[in-house]
Amino acid sequence: MTTGGIGESPLRPDGGLKVRGQYAYSSDLWLENMLWGATLRSPHPSARILSVDTSAALAMPGVHTVLTYKDVPGENVYGLKLQDTPVLAEEVVRYQGEPVALVAAEHPETARRAVKAIKVEYEVFEPVLDPELVAHSPDAPQVHPGGNLVRHQRILKGDPDATADVVVSGVYEIGMQDQAFLGPESGLAVPDGDGGGVHLYLATQWLHVDQRQTAKALGLPVEKVKLTMSGVGGAFGGREDLSIQVHACMLALRTGRPVKMSYNRQESFFGHVHRHPAKMYYEHGATAEGDLVYVRARLYFDGGAYASKTPVVVGNGTTLGVGPYNVPNARIEAWGVYTNNPPCGAMRGLGAVQPTYAYESQMDKLAAALGMDPADLRIRNAMSEGSTTVTGQVVDFPAPVAELIQRVKDMPLPEPSGSDILQLPGGAANTTHGEGVVRGVGYGVTIKNISYAEGLDDYSTARVRLEVVDGEPVATVHTAAAEVGQGLITVQQQIARTELGVQQVVLHPCDTDIGDAGSSSASRQTYITGGAVRNACRAVRAKLQELAGSEDVPDIAAVLGDEVIEETREYHHRKTYPLDPETGQGNAHVQYGFSAHRAVVDVDTELGLVKVVQLDCAQDVGKAINPDAVVGQIHGGSAQGLGLAVMEEIQVAEGRIRNPSFTDYLIPTILDMPPMTVDVVERPDPHAPYGVRGVGEPPTISATPAIANAIRAATGLELPRVPIRPEYIIDLTDGGS
Amino acid sequence: MDFLNPGSVTEALELKASVPDAVPIAGGTDVMVELNFDHRRPPALLNLNRIAELHTYSTVDGRVRIGACVPYSRIVTELGSVLPGLAMASRTVGSPQIRNRGSVGGNLGAASPAGDSHPALLATDAVVEIASTRGVRMVPAKDFYVGVKRNVLEPDELITAVHVPPATGPQQFSKVGTRNAMVIAVCAFAIALHPEQQRVGTGIGSAAPTPLRAHEAEEFLAAELPWGSPDGLLDSLNRRFGELVAKAASPIDDVRGTASYRRHALAVMARRTLSWTWSEYRRTAQCA
Ligand SMILES: Cc1cc2nc3c(=O)[nH]c(=O)nc-3n(C[C@H](O)[C@H](O)[C@H](O)COP(=O)(O)OP(=O)(O)OC[C@H]3O[C@@H](n4cnc5c(N)ncnc54)[C@H](O)[C@@H]3O)c2cc1C
Repeated sequence: MTTGGIGESPLRPDGGLKVRGQYAYSSDLWLENMLWGATLRSPHPSARILSVDTSAALAMPGVHTVLTYKDVPGENVYGLKLQDTPVLAEEVVRYQGEPVALVAAEHPETARRAVKAIKVEYEVFEPVLDPELVAHSPDAPQVHPGGNLVRHQRILKGDPDATADVVVSGVYEIGMQDQAFLGPESGLAVPDGDGGGVHLYLATQWLHVDQRQTAKALGLPVEKVKLTMSGVGGAFGGREDLSIQVHACMLALRTGRPVKMSYNRQESFFGHVHRHPAKMYYEHGATAEGDLVYVRARLYFDGGAYASKTPVVVGNGTTLGVGPYNVPNARIEAWGVYTNNPPCGAMRGLGAVQPTYAYESQMDKLAAALGMDPADLRIRNAMSEGSTTVTGQVVDFPAPVAELIQRVKDMPLPEPSGSDILQLPGGAANTTHGEGVVRGVGYGVTIKNISYAEGLDDYSTARVRLEVVDGEPVATVHTAAAEVGQGLITVQQQIARTELGVQQVVLHPCDTDIGDAGSSSASRQTYITGGAVRNACRAVRAKLQELAGSEDVPDIAAVLGDEVIEETREYHHRKTYPLDPETGQGNAHVQYGFSAHRAVVDVDTELGLVKVVQLDCAQDVGKAINPDAVVGQIHGGSAQGLGLAVMEEIQVAEGRIRNPSFTDYLIPTILDMPPMTVDVVERPDPHAPYGVRGVGEPPTISATPAIANAIRAATGLELPRVPIRPEYIIDLTDGGS
Repeated sequence: MDFLNPGSVTEALELKASVPDAVPIAGGTDVMVELNFDHRRPPALLNLNRIAELHTYSTVDGRVRIGACVPYSRIVTELGSVLPGLAMASRTVGSPQIRNRGSVGGNLGAASPAGDSHPALLATDAVVEIASTRGVRMVPAKDFYVGVKRNVLEPDELITAVHVPPATGPQQFSKVGTRNAMVIAVCAFAIALHPEQQRVGTGIGSAAPTPLRAHEAEEFLAAELPWGSPDGLLDSLNRRFGELVAKAASPIDDVRGTASYRRHALAVMARRTLSWTWSEYRRTAQCA
């Protein structure tokens, strides 16, 4: 009997090391003779580069090379969706922090000093800042030649101009959240000597997309650029775009020496994309009984200086824009635009976080206008298996939305807060002993697409090898799928144990010697790479049965002997289709994930401080391959959603980041994150391997509006913007005193 | 960069006199951040961690003399009953790790307007002991801070201790931050009742270029508080006190909060902490 298979929660192989601080992250990479790379970045959100003088930097002892765009060996342009991002800025810089030049030196300190010695003359321009203005002013200054519109999408369903008995509307804004992963961008590029190629060790979410983009920029065939995964200190979408990849390889190829790059915390805030801030206009119409009649919405997403995942944000933002509800009539429209603000791209809950905050705020407003209980209104309108989404897609798998809401609603409510200040708003800082404290309860429900959408075939590849080592059968699983902390390595082992009946499952280092696995994003890896590992295991199993001449193979080692079975398989999810450009109709999504949160908050109404007292969640995960890891995802996702609700924001003024550090970019501590009751519901999706449903993103999304709605319930305030700052909660019209 | 490693205060003072640019390092929770971020590149660090005398506290002339390097965690656990205001402020500093390393001497050395010990030191009439090879001088906390992150220290001087009178009445400290722990103050307020003097001490943090006392608010209370009477305070008195505290501040808008929010929050903290200390005072024998 094997243990640690599907449905169990075996310990993570990397868990103990991480807890003890012994795990090697990409920032720990080291080679005897390596050089250190550093990046010169633009101080201006928008400027023309008049001249770059590298002579003083080059003259410094210990400096090996200084590179500018002229040294990019291949094409000086890359991008996940649109090819619009230079490896190094040429004539213009479009955001504060854009890379302009690179240095390699013997010592990191020397590299940093050399960066400071590079002289760049800029002609500074007025930055383009307001996405809504940009969307509707074709004459605005162009951030890129060709205009500032990255994507516009409209979705029309039923009668877009329908009318209703009860109408509520609102304008909602969401600030710029950061992934705030703990391990800053880092990697080590090692030139392969005579071959002219390079081997890059790094932390990333998707090896093959990095490989393709890096090879193109280096002017090398992809085979000459090998990537191997190093320890990843979190990702959350922030590692989908390139950071050090091309830069480190350029420096290594130029100097012929291994080059390490590792951002510090401040540089990291400039070195990766953030979550799109958005402004959203919503109008909901319903019958007097509380049935939704229509939703009309306009959403503006600020993509910042480069496109990154803006097209996907617009796609998800519109297709998921009414939430997990049955809506017969809709007009949803979104614009994703370029500005000179920091570039925005992938982050957990991509494109669904923003509209969920808006429509869930609207659902509470509608409940108030109807005099209905907010949970009951949601249950009444909840979509279910067989529902048709606003894009005309029929939901042909379980969608237990009403049940999830009912489950969180039925969970016991916490006692009133006692006198322990740690349990009150302000916590350890002793701001209240109960004065001004009001309790509120709120709900948040979401729908998130799982896996890539709109016609993309984001497949995965797995190679499984079975052999006898020291008399025991051992399976080796090789994929290029990134373990970013979510527990994918454990899941791959579990699947192999169950499929092969082999206890010992070894994971081959994750690299580009195997086929593409797609990205560790869109909550897709357990589904897609899990599917590939399953397929490869079943192919190995079939070979084994052939060898044994029977279905049953009780003694694998005896049957195998010296034989080695190795099979490589892919998994492709079912096909999706692009949206109609005019009507937005189409079967765009593979699968949906659903989660519901109920938040209980105490708000100090005189100081505007919030304590989230309880945050409960019910989520349908299809099948929990690793129940502990599922709960971990829900805990972590909920904490990230809590952060967005009450504290996490990159504050940007005039295109500049004002708080690029963990001193002022606040993420929740253990005193901010309350205990959770998590109800994991398993309604298998017949289309997915083992019935799984993506888990990672939904809880991040529904936590935020649940908390915002709870704060509204406590204060009676409109609170149209998250994160909710203390200033929003108290009345400062008297000037403060 | 040199690393100077004195074993005694005398040796440290001699080193500081001969290398005045040497940067003292106590817990290092400010210094190391500055070095790591390349905000300063001192020619030398002067390590204070080997000097036993700076890591102890004692009673001198009726006041608690806290060695400059005594970490916050010890103030919280060992001095909470004698110096409740300072202990409460210490409890709000950073995280357990930071409280194990960080010290009041370092907080005074950094002299940030957001330093959490300052309001408590101001409210309790603490005095800073400053030494150099030229001798020792005692500077009251209220005269110690001279500008944003600036104090009265001369280049050859070190803080050797801070002298805090034991509490003679209730004390409170309250700090607003947008996280429930591990947060730099948006603004902070400390209050100490001195019933034997029929006087109240105050301290404001993060709401002006330096930590400061709310003088007018203190005078108002000295005149208005019904010392010795078992009565509660009128809401109007609490409010007036709050207004005067807010008035004493000159806050700015920054990433952590707006000026008007800071004023408002100070007024709220002032009236709450006054009511907490006053109810505690009424419960004690002093009012019997
Ligand atoms: C994560 C984190 C969280 C923090 N949170 C808070 C917080 O909530 N509240 C708060 O107030 N602070 C906070 N701080 C700042 C810091 O912890 C405090 O200011 C602490 O009191 C500094 O003490 P230290 O012993 O570590 O000082 P050090 O870093 O060693 O020194 C600080 C300064 O004082 C000088 N100095 C030290 N000792 C002497 C001496 N004896 N004589 C003369 N000069 C001296 C040093 O040269 C330096 O300029 C935080 C810091 C970090 C890193």
